[in-house]
Amino acid sequence: MNKKEKGFNKNFQLETPLAPKRTRLQEFWRLFRQNRLAILGLFIFILFFCCAIVGLFMTSGPDPLLDPAMIRLQEKLRPPLAKPNLDSLRREEIPYLGFYLMGTDDLGRDVFARMLQGAWVSLTVGFVAVGISVLIGIFMGGIAGYFGQHHIRVDHVLVTLVLISGAALVTANFIRSGAALLCLTPAYIFYFIWSQNRSGKKTLPLWAKVFRKNAVSIDTLIMRIVDIMLCFPSFFLILTVVALLPASIYNIMIVIGLTSWMGATRFVRAEFLSLREQDFVAAVKTLGAGNFRIIFRHMMPNAMAPVLVSATIGIATAILTEAGLSFLGFGVPPPHATWGNILSDGKNFIFDAPWLTFIPGIAILIVVLSFNLFGEGLRDVLNPKLRERH
Amino acid sequence: MESKSKDKQMILRVQNLKKYFPIRRGFFQKIAGWVKAVDDVSFEIEQGKTLGLVGESGCGKTTVARLILKLLEPDNGKIIFRGIDIGELTEKEMKPLRKKIQIVFQDPFGSLNPRMTTGLSIEEGLRILGIKRGKKRKERLEKLLKMVGMSPESADRYPHEFSGGQRQRICIARALSVDPSLVVCDEPISALDVSIQAQIINLLKDLQDRLGLSYLFISHDLNVVSYLCSTISVMYKGQIMESAPAEELFENPRHPYTLSLISAIPDPAPGLRRKIEILEPDLSDSLITSKGCRFQGRCPMEEPRCLEEEISFEKVGEKHFVRCWKAAKK
Ligand SMILES: Nc1ncnc2c1ncn2[C@@H]1O[C@H](COP(=O)(O)OP(=O)(O)OP(=O)(O)O)[C@@H](O)[C@H]1O
Ligand code: SF4
Ligand SMILES: [Mg+2]
Repeated sequence: MNKKEKGFNKNFQLETPLAPKRTRLQEFWRLFRQNRLAILGLFIFILFFCCAIVGLFMTSGPDPLLDPAMIRLQEKLRPPLAKPNLDSLRREEIPYLGFYLMGTDDLGRDVFARMLQGAWVSLTVGFVAVGISVLIGIFMGGIAGYFGQHHIRVDHVLVTLVLISGAALVTANFIRSGAALLCLTPAYIFYFIWSQNRSGKKTLPLWAKVFRKNAVSIDTLIMRIVDIMLCFPSFFLILTVVALLPASIYNIMIVIGLTSWMGATRFVRAEFLSLREQDFVAAVKTLGAGNFRIIFRHMMPNAMAPVLVSATIGIATAILTEAGLSFLGFGVPPPHATWGNILSDGKNFIFDAPWLTFIPGIAILIVVLSFNLFGEGLRDVLNPKLRERH
Repeated sequence: MESKSKDKQMILRVQNLKKYFPIRRGFFQKIAGWVKAVDDVSFEIEQGKTLGLVGESGCGKTTVARLILKLLEPDNGKIIFRGIDIGELTEKEMKPLRKKIQIVFQDPFGSLNPRMTTGLSIEEGLRILGIKRGKKRKERLEKLLKMVGMSPESADRYPHEFSGGQRQRICIARALSVDPSLVVCDEPISALDVSIQAQIINLLKDLQDRLGLSYLFISHDLNVVSYLCSTISVMYKGQIMESAPAEELFENPRHPYTLSLISAIPDPAPGLRRKIEILEPDLSDSLITSKGCRFQGRCPMEEPRCLEEEISFEKVGEKHFVRCWKAAKK
């Protein structure tokens, strides 16, 4: 080494970190483990997950092991654990387990098979719906939090309105007037480019100046949309939409997702507002990183904790909503079993065959409860301020 | 000849910098007044030298730093970095220059991403320099860590595993990762223990000797600044009150505020400390109606004239300026 290198830092000793090496995950697990109920929640959640996946393989396909749609009218309303009457059944009608684990319903269908099929529906509805809502929430909340102070101009609003009404007219078969409206927008844009090229920015006519005025900030716009969405009682909004759409499991997922993104939006926005003021974000900015990198690499991981918590609890809500819809007959169409429609079918026989009501009811209760417990445990661990001191 | 070489020597020249923050009130968020956080601030930093910016809490030091880094837009004034007015540049034009000016923050706990290992935090700068992931980047990372006195193993630890002083070293390494020529140190040691303060100051000094860095060193403690700085500017309520080479300032202080700092007279009126000046709503109006010296009310030599006139920044010696008509006359 040269002389300068040597002279550098006389009392020189490289410093190493103080704390023992423990990753964030280990630290997380150590804290999470202390919360018994949350562990129970996690355990039930994993169990439910496994059941749903095993159930999917056992109940689907051309020749399933457990056929949830197999009708045996001679065996209807058998109680749980009942042995089938082998004399009256054909070969393929005998249940795979050799007995009816959860009984049979009014058409003699095996409730265990139907519950398994329903578990997969609940699981996918929960995850997909929440996935949709979290994606929308992150997108909207991120924009509101990061670019919120930018303004939308009057002409932006007008152009959007004109485009929407033009498109609406075209779809409603007023093709000419619709097309005229749609053409107005490019004309407007070209006019501005042309007038700017000709005379610079300063000499715009008065009406153009009015058009260029700032109307609302992006933040205000998004948060007011959130407020408006929250004003609708969401279950009835979903009911209305589902009544108009063809009944299918995918429509249900999408509709539940599209009506439940508001919470995630608020969380992400709040996190972003506080994160963007923090020094480490400023430091990354001065290094010269772009907006995209700052948002996704630096801010998003720090904003995910509350979103994760609300998503976990959101899954429970989505499962409950789907069950409610199916119960009311708006959910997944009939031959397919879901916990909601098993419950709904069972309510007519509540005194003769209480298991038809209680089994899906208790399953919903346990799953929803376990998600909530798990979510709350997560929240306690991820938010040190709420953590109990021992 | 002097002015020509001057432009080359000066790495940063700040002229008449202004930043007013609006105070918004009521349902419609009407502007009720202005916080004059930075008001007519000018200074120069010589290549390879350190300028100390001293002032009490809330006087606008951090705002000056944020303006220089273009984290805030100035309302008025010029920021000339190596002859280029960066105040006028757009985000895009600024991009290649951005990495030349870096910052070390006051709070070592908020200035590192808690979900990134320190290695990744520092590599962020190397990535921006265009060094591809791999052996070369790793070598650079280790070199940077060694340069600030951290062991290479610290690279895959998270910020919460380090002490305050160690984090500040990592912040310095991150700032150096993009090979800057000016580093703004915003009270880098005020959150640390006294023993560690000295270590960080020595580190900064060594780095300056070795890499030829220029510093803008911000502090509320005149004593600390005197170790490190060739020139010192004393700031009060958004204005620079006195500016002089370090020895000159200590031997021959002119401004009553500087005097009070040097002799460490207990604050005569602590209630006034955090008071923010609130002026008439309109910006152009308040510029005209804001009258008198900012130090009025705390000044032992105050006279009626001080409340009437706008006090100018006057030259009283070689590189010695003072914003007080009485002190300038002496
Ligand atoms: N974004 C902002 N909006 C409104 N007012 C602000 C903003 N940033 C700073 N201020 C005000 O400007 C003044 C100067 O703040 P600044 O942070 O620059 O002070 P400082 O000298 O760095 O203080 P400290 O020593 O406590 O860090 C303060 O009165 C503060 O309230
Ligand atoms: S101008 Fe007047 S009030 Fe201001 S520092 Fe000088 S003597 Fe004091
Ligand atoms: Mg500060």
